[in-house]
Amino acid sequence: MSEIWTIPWGLGDKFAAHIVLSASAIGLGILVALPLAVWASRSPTVSRVALGFASLVQTIPALALLALFFPILLSLRAVFGEGLPTLGFLPALLALALYALLPILRNAVTAQANLDPGVLEAADGVGMTKWQKLTLVEAPLSAPFIMAGIRTASVWTIGAATLATTIGQPSLGDPIFAGLQTQNWALVLAGCIASAGLALVVDALLGLVERGFANRKRWQSALGFAAVALGLSAALFYQSGGDDDDTIIIASKQFSEQYILAQLIGSQLEAAGYTVEYRDGLGSAVVHSAVASSSIDISVDYTGTIWTNELGRTDNPGREAMYGTIVEWERENTGVRVLGRLGFENAYAFAMREDRAAELGVTTLDELVRFGPSLTVGGDPEFFERPEWIAVREAYGMRFGETRNFSPTFMYNALRSGEADVISAYTSDGRIAADRLVVLEDPRGALPSYDAMLMMSPRIAEDEAIARALEPLIGAISVEAMREANFAVDREGEGKLSPKDAAAQLAQTIGL
Amino acid sequence: MGGVSLSIEKGSFVALVGSSGSGKSTLLKMVNTLVAPTGGRVLFGGDDVLTLNQSHLRRRVGYVFQGIGLFPHFTVGENIAIGPRLAGEALPAKRIAELLTLVELEPDMAGRAPDELSGGQRQRVGVARALAGDPELLIMDEPFGALDPITRDALGTKVRELHEKLGLTTIMVTHDMAEALLLADRVLVMSFGDLVADHTPRELLAGHGGEIAQGLVAVPRQQAERLAAMEKTENGL
Repeated sequence: MSEIWTIPWGLGDKFAAHIVLSASAIGLGILVALPLAVWASRSPTVSRVALGFASLVQTIPALALLALFFPILLSLRAVFGEGLPTLGFLPALLALALYALLPILRNAVTAQANLDPGVLEAADGVGMTKWQKLTLVEAPLSAPFIMAGIRTASVWTIGAATLATTIGQPSLGDPIFAGLQTQNWALVLAGCIASAGLALVVDALLGLVERGFANRKRWQSALGFAAVALGLSAALFYQSGGDDDDTIIIASKQFSEQYILAQLIGSQLEAAGYTVEYRDGLGSAVVHSAVASSSIDISVDYTGTIWTNELGRTDNPGREAMYGTIVEWERENTGVRVLGRLGFENAYAFAMREDRAAELGVTTLDELVRFGPSLTVGGDPEFFERPEWIAVREAYGMRFGETRNFSPTFMYNALRSGEADVISAYTSDGRIAADRLVVLEDPRGALPSYDAMLMMSPRIAEDEAIARALEPLIGAISVEAMREANFAVDREGEGKLSPKDAAAQLAQTIGL
Repeated sequence: MGGVSLSIEKGSFVALVGSSGSGKSTLLKMVNTLVAPTGGRVLFGGDDVLTLNQSHLRRRVGYVFQGIGLFPHFTVGENIAIGPRLAGEALPAKRIAELLTLVELEPDMAGRAPDELSGGQRQRVGVARALAGDPELLIMDEPFGALDPITRDALGTKVRELHEKLGLTTIMVTHDMAEALLLADRVLVMSFGDLVADHTPRELLAGHGGEIAQGLVAVPRQQAERLAAMEKTENGL
């Protein structure tokens, strides 16, 4: 685990992005909370409404709040035009600022309410105007308490900012999410240590400012502020250096195959002289919108996913027709260019242990029907509700003796131990090769295809140089090669690879 | 507040006496508009106080009250200088020292924080702050209410002395009739929002002013008589 201490040095851009995002969110939170607190101190109704709203926001899980800004901003495009970003920095900023509101607001309101009434009467008595009273008396006396609120907000925000990864904003959440998916615990820990360390440092510095206010030692506050400003400037400087328009952003969803393919695509482009950036661990639902709005440039998506989620279709016209329709649909509706299919599918399929399949003499679903009533089938928790299962049931008249739900990992274990005879596997899953499973053929074409496609955002759709650099990947990745790479990342112990190394190995396998 | 109509002469020391809730503080705070009257007028040097610039008016009226209200984040000197500072004038250190001497505090106290002072010292600073802008009128709301009896007596006497020395006009609200009788030239008695008596201390002691006023005068008088009687018995033994 010694790599934990080397990983953080590679996280510079994530770190800088995390700092800029958190600081902006806290800044916006302060900008909204302080005037609101002043208003609240003059009107009990405002106080009740504002604190009630801020508390309500706080009850929404941060992850959901971040996700909610996607549809909100999407609907706001009607007002602000198509240029309004729906993913990345803006929604992350807004959600986190809302989150930062409560502690600042509550402390500011409480501080105002607890000011010595004698001091306030004296302020009026000596002839201060409302503004003088605010700036000379109320603000300086409330400052330590407000600062304490800002400290709390900062620690929360820096923690919650890791979740911005899921809506396409780079942050220290990137290594955490990537590590969780690929079971690379060193990566998870490195992300956690970096984000927790940042929170602790900021807390200490703001604590210095707070004590400076409380003890009326200006140099102490100034020192704390200066240190915070220095860190923020460094992050901004770092960011301004790294970002330019030529950078191509490659997205990945939250599973190993996506991380590997993103790295493979990235290394192809880097070899062709491009600068690339990765947005790892995006929520599956936002990837298509992100590529369609050019928030990201390249993604790998699957025909079946786009067919159901974007085109809203439930029929199954067959593998080629489905692909053709999608290419056409994307060109006309989103401007996304489907460069081509990578060559493998990540579809639902029925799999059996090699020995068991040989014993029954089964290689296709047609042959399985006869044995169905005497077999136990295992599926992931949603499988038996999905159109895929309904289609198979109807096309083949498939009936099983017993139906059991397992989480994906346990599904393979159940097959191994004989608790299930056949399972609903994912065709590119590394465990199919590792456990030497037989994937049953689907001669009636009941299972929709999930061909992996390379998608290019409207921004780079016309760029033939990029297209040429990626051309070698089209049709090049067999399902066997993908399984091997996936397994190398998913496995435990000896031979476990990072997505980057697995991508390099995959490139070798397919002869790049 | 009932119908209260009165005028106060320049240079007089007036005490406003009554039990809690009698309206004496409310009446006082109408002078510097900390409380706005719902009807009627308060004239200050001939002008309706509500028509005057509020901040400007309050700088012409020194205000001392029970809560003292020193600004804890200012030094003693900064507290004293706040009125002139608001008017855009920096009070010289010499003047601050002078004001501190006037209320019998050491001039080097100017650099101290209010937290380091005793209650009596703090109220002395409060008086100095009220005097810093050379006010035409000094209004005091239970100024010595929170102080121990010895400090209270000393500070009361000091304020009366300053009143003479600086030629002030002073209105003091108190619930303590003895304090009013000993310090003021004229005592106004209030009850349930009405002015029920308006006499000199001598007249009140002579039995004027009606039942409520006499009820208030009776308390310190009886206390004094009981103390005197006690003294006699002691001496008789």
